[in-house]
Amino acid sequence: MLHTVNKSSFERNSLQSCLNIIDDTSVILLIEDGVISAANNANSPMLADLATQGRVYALQGDVDARGISSKVADNIKLVDYAGFVDLVVEHGTAVSWV
Amino acid sequence: MATKKFMYLNRKASYGTAYAIESLEVVLIAAAFEQDVSLAFIDDGVYQIIEGQNTDGIGMKNFSKTFHALGDYDINKLYVSAESLEERGLTADDLMPLVYEDEDDDWAEKTSVKIVSNAELSKIMSDQDVCLSF
Repeated sequence: MLHTVNKSSFERNSLQSCLNIIDDTSVILLIEDGVISAANNANSPMLADLATQGRVYALQGDVDARGISSKVADNIKLVDYAGFVDLVVEHGTAVSWV
Repeated sequence: MATKKFMYLNRKASYGTAYAIESLEVVLIAAAFEQDVSLAFIDDGVYQIIEGQNTDGIGMKNFSKTFHALGDYDINKLYVSAESLEERGLTADDLMPLVYEDEDDDWAEKTSVKIVSNAELSKIMSDQDVCLSF
């Protein structure tokens, strides 16, 4: 499955809710204000762990718009909109944690 | 019409925002199209099906009663996160006794509510065609 998170983890619990439920094969794509969690993932060991496994993505346009591209953790993969589509195709059912 | 498995994720309490009632509306629409519908209640969403809601003092409709009608629409898979209940000091006894009549078992009345761990919920979720989050 593909899980998208579009809220900052400092503002809402969407990311934590997603992390509570996610299984061993699903991936997370951070979009909109969700990318703020990509900038400093030190406050979520679980997200950092998933990133180590190569299962966390962030949308480049949203990262750039917020001026945090230099702060994104190395193991979080940046994708553009075409990459977003590829993730949807590859991972099937999508869940958006609004 | 092809039947798909729809899961509605309910994550917010009933009256502070419109998410809960909007979710219920869409659930009933999916049921009208005879889809395979299940509901999940996680985080503050568990408060949606707490027994004893009374909205007299806030001038809003108490739509919790609508959940009792779901059984008649063949919606009888209501999953509640055990972890979310526990975090809030709630137990199964605090929830509304939501039931359906099982046509394969001489219309015996059975509970629609199932308390599951997040891990179990994750498995059920990955079995869906569509997940809608509210």
